[in-house]
Amino acid sequence: MRLFLRDIWKYRKYMIRAAKAELRSEVTNAYLDWFWWVLEPVCNMLIYYLIFGIVFLNSERYYLVFIYSSITMWTFFQKTMVSSVQLIRDSKAIITKVYLPKPVLLLEKMVLNAFKMAISAVIVVVLMLPYRVPVDAHLAGLIPVLCVFFLFTYGCGCILMHFGVYVSDLAYIVSIVLNMLFYFTGIFYSVQDCIPAPWGSVFEAMNPLAFLIAQMRNALIYQNPVAVRGMLCWLVGALILAVLGSRIVYRYENTYVKVI
Amino acid sequence: MMTDVQIAIDIEKLCIAYQPMQDVSIVKNMFHNRLKRDKKIRALTDISFTVHKGEVLGVVGKNGSGKSTLLKALAGIFRPDGGRIDLCGNTISLMSIGVGFNDQISGRENIILSGMLLGFSESEMYEKMEDIIDFAEIGEFIDMPVRVYSSGMHSKLAFAITASLETDILLVDEVLSVGDEKFRKKSLSRMQRLIGDRDRTVLLVSHDLTTVKEICNRVLWLHDGQMKRIGDTEGVLEEYKEFML
Repeated sequence: MRLFLRDIWKYRKYMIRAAKAELRSEVTNAYLDWFWWVLEPVCNMLIYYLIFGIVFLNSERYYLVFIYSSITMWTFFQKTMVSSVQLIRDSKAIITKVYLPKPVLLLEKMVLNAFKMAISAVIVVVLMLPYRVPVDAHLAGLIPVLCVFFLFTYGCGCILMHFGVYVSDLAYIVSIVLNMLFYFTGIFYSVQDCIPAPWGSVFEAMNPLAFLIAQMRNALIYQNPVAVRGMLCWLVGALILAVLGSRIVYRYENTYVKVI
Repeated sequence: MMTDVQIAIDIEKLCIAYQPMQDVSIVKNMFHNRLKRDKKIRALTDISFTVHKGEVLGVVGKNGSGKSTLLKALAGIFRPDGGRIDLCGNTISLMSIGVGFNDQISGRENIILSGMLLGFSESEMYEKMEDIIDFAEIGEFIDMPVRVYSSGMHSKLAFAITASLETDILLVDEVLSVGDEKFRKKSLSRMQRLIGDRDRTVLLVSHDLTTVKEICNRVLWLHDGQMKRIGDTEGVLEEYKEFML
């Protein structure tokens, strides 16, 4: 733990600088430049709204906000997972020439994706205005939700980053699993409401992403308190995953170079 | 008698082994971390030596003898499977081409990132920026993405960055000079200045025995991952040349 905190502190500026450089490089050749960070999620949201809001007549309140806020969280998780699997191989040019703590590589990706998530969050706020979504003190529930969410993402990312070194076909497996998870996480529907009781609540509680997205909606849209017991359970789960993931990566990080 | 000679590098019974990728299955990876002895490639076995501060140690050996592996272990890139490495509190850098280069961003931005990866702060890199750009001699390309650079420009910039970051211990893996004729002379002169600094300890891997003879105080000869000999430059090089004939 001390080693992890020491490395975060030591490489904090590098992470931010590298994330900024990568953000800039993503849009270097694009005509619309950084505007794609806004346009891409907005276009996705409109597609889902058209299909599920109009064609399938979903009746959720504030449906655009409902979808877009979920997509914001999901996109962060999905992009981090996809990049984690190949992260060590993609960083070969760096790690074969200089020592860099491998969790720093993952955290740099998370900083980059968090920046894009922040831009999406601004869009969420903008979308809330025409709907006149009421907000109150329950909004503060977003803080623990996002903390557990980032911790959980980090833990999963570490595990994938480690196994991705040794198992090259893991990228395909992750792609399939994420695809399945996307439809089971209630991005454009409420898991609790659409899956028959009592299984809806059970499923939502057991799927960490579905649970966290539901709690995010409670805090952001529905002025409800977050489920404390569930949050505590997933906080413990996310902590265990993050600690386990970090320990595995630190233990084997210097063998990765030998494998790649 | 030499007194008060500081040790810069102390290595004891260093062992490093590799695991070939194609031998690892999902099941083995999840439930076993011990791998069959006969599947491992032993890159270095029981390497022990010390290097004094200010010394220039040449490392020679045939291809695949473990020279680059030794340097990477010292730089912290490989973790030893056995033994220990003690750098006695010194900063260390491995002279490598293109460390941390992101091809999509400008050379100027890459200067900052590469330096930060090698342990220097942003402000230190900004201070060195103009010297590095002048040394690299790539003109206005410095503000263009590295992907448009020729291989020569790429090497020049990478060399300029690494040569300007003066650490206590310098590990040189056959990168004494790069680029066109003019730049080669300049880069060689810079390397000679770096290596000639009495406060800097250098480990130099090179197949150019003339250069090793000129520059190095002692030579370490590695063969199939083991120490064959370590000692005075002339003696070791003579034996090495005879062995290789």
